Amino acid sequence: MVSLKTAVGSISLERPGMIASGIMDETGDSLVRVLESGAGAVVTKSIGLEPNAGHDNPCFMEVRGGYVNAMGLPNPGIELFKEEMEVAVPKGKVIGSIYGAGPDDFAELGAKMEDYGACAVELNLSCPHAKGYGMEVGTDPELVKSIVSAVKSTVSIPVWAKITPNTHIITKIGEAVQDAGGDAIVAINTLKAMVISPEFARPIMSNKFCGLSGEAVKPVGVRAIYDLRSALDIPLVGVGGISDWRDAAEYIMAGASAFQIGSAVGTKGLEVFQQVNEGLSSFMEEYGYSSIESMVGAAHE
Amino acid sequence: MSDVVRIKRIIDEAYDTKTFVFDWDAEVRPGQFIMIWIPGTDEIPMSVSGICEHTKSITVKAIGDATKRLHEFKEGDRLSIRGPFGNGFDLSDKNVLIIGGGVGTAAVMPAVVQTGADTIIAARSERDLIMLDRAEKHAANLWIATDDGSKGFHGNAVQLMKEKLKEKSYDCILACGPEVMLYFTYKACEELGQDCQLSLERYMKCGAGVCGCCVMDDKRICKDGPVFTKD
Repeated sequence: MVSLKTAVGSISLERPGMIASGIMDETGDSLVRVLESGAGAVVTKSIGLEPNAGHDNPCFMEVRGGYVNAMGLPNPGIELFKEEMEVAVPKGKVIGSIYGAGPDDFAELGAKMEDYGACAVELNLSCPHAKGYGMEVGTDPELVKSIVSAVKSTVSIPVWAKITPNTHIITKIGEAVQDAGGDAIVAINTLKAMVISPEFARPIMSNKFCGLSGEAVKPVGVRAIYDLRSALDIPLVGVGGISDWRDAAEYIMAGASAFQIGSAVGTKGLEVFQQVNEGLSSFMEEYGYSSIESMVGAAHE
Repeated sequence: MSDVVRIKRIIDEAYDTKTFVFDWDAEVRPGQFIMIWIPGTDEIPMSVSGICEHTKSITVKAIGDATKRLHEFKEGDRLSIRGPFGNGFDLSDKNVLIIGGGVGTAAVMPAVVQTGADTIIAARSERDLIMLDRAEKHAANLWIATDDGSKGFHGNAVQLMKEKLKEKSYDCILACGPEVMLYFTYKACEELGQDCQLSLERYMKCGAGVCGCCVMDDKRICKDGPVFTKD
């Protein structure tokens, strides 16, 4: 009998899949619904210091191979989010995603998430469509280092950094996280993108720029994990375009100890977690992998 | 994906409400909605108010910036739409009572056309009533209620529904209207042990069940709804 148990550093997971930040995770009740559908953990929507309405519509659309979105980090703010955490935390492992403009913001938010019962914090250093946040702070290795250090010295729970593929120095960013004591790296966030309407001769998103997610980005994500695994020692979490067990297996073999699913919840529903779990188990059984750990990084050998 | 469609016909429904009929081949079920982009203004969810094979329509009350801007559109102008989204009404019960309140009437009209069921249309006043001609043509019985008594039953949709339920029993009630109407419809159905399907509305971002911005409790209005049963 194969086991789907895995661990990201000190965080053990009964199942290797988590919901990616930004997907059905703004309320405690929907986080619980995701936990009950076969996810090993949930990651919250990225929460900032103040409530944020996000960008105006249109901020989302389907494109060939996935979705684009420019939600603009909508969230109720860290104070109000306490209520949602109170609902979700007793039901399973909740990773608190946070975003800020610099080390002080991240440290303050991380401390709140720890108080609320998060088992880890995930630093959003990678949103491609929010001015002054996300990848704008996450593409400078020095700034990344100072943010991770600030959070590490404030909280006692593991600190994960979610990093962007929109840079040619992804391994340098990864090294900055590792050097600052970061416990894991989550990769990738969306690819910076744009969609134009020929009929109206303008970008469709109100924010003009957006992020591409879904099946189209998977090979980019797998490559990022492979590169990071080659350069780093800390655990990796793979995310980007996973919609079936093969996708998950690719990320694991590239070097991820666990993975996250986002867009596929829109196309396949929450059943996707159960389907991936079952598919992975059968594959592992047939190919003689007794544990997730035995598959991690297999493509490197 | 988004589709760009051309407005074929505009129908004045009331002093502040217009129906836009556009060419669109997509398959749509009664109770589903689409996202309409008004360039430079907003993108908003709109119930589909008319379903033919090659054309669909939306019925728009001018309330906010986007809907006022939409009212300036002319026949021949183009709209950019995404969808259809949502579950729509379950029309497997044949013996149903359909209730439309205000501009919510638009969301139930395709169900009236498809089932020919008994129908209540309600509004504040006679001048706010919409789509009576289509309801008259298709509904087995059409009953009208106005809050001020200017046409039909003097009272609201829920009061008239309670009256009708004394005379006749239905397998299910289908309703769309203002939130307060739906709340009292729900309360009344709960008291009477009556099944119902209510179409709810929220401001939405993605429309596709991904972002979680329209969630009430653990239900996504856009994907798990917009039509919800009593449970």
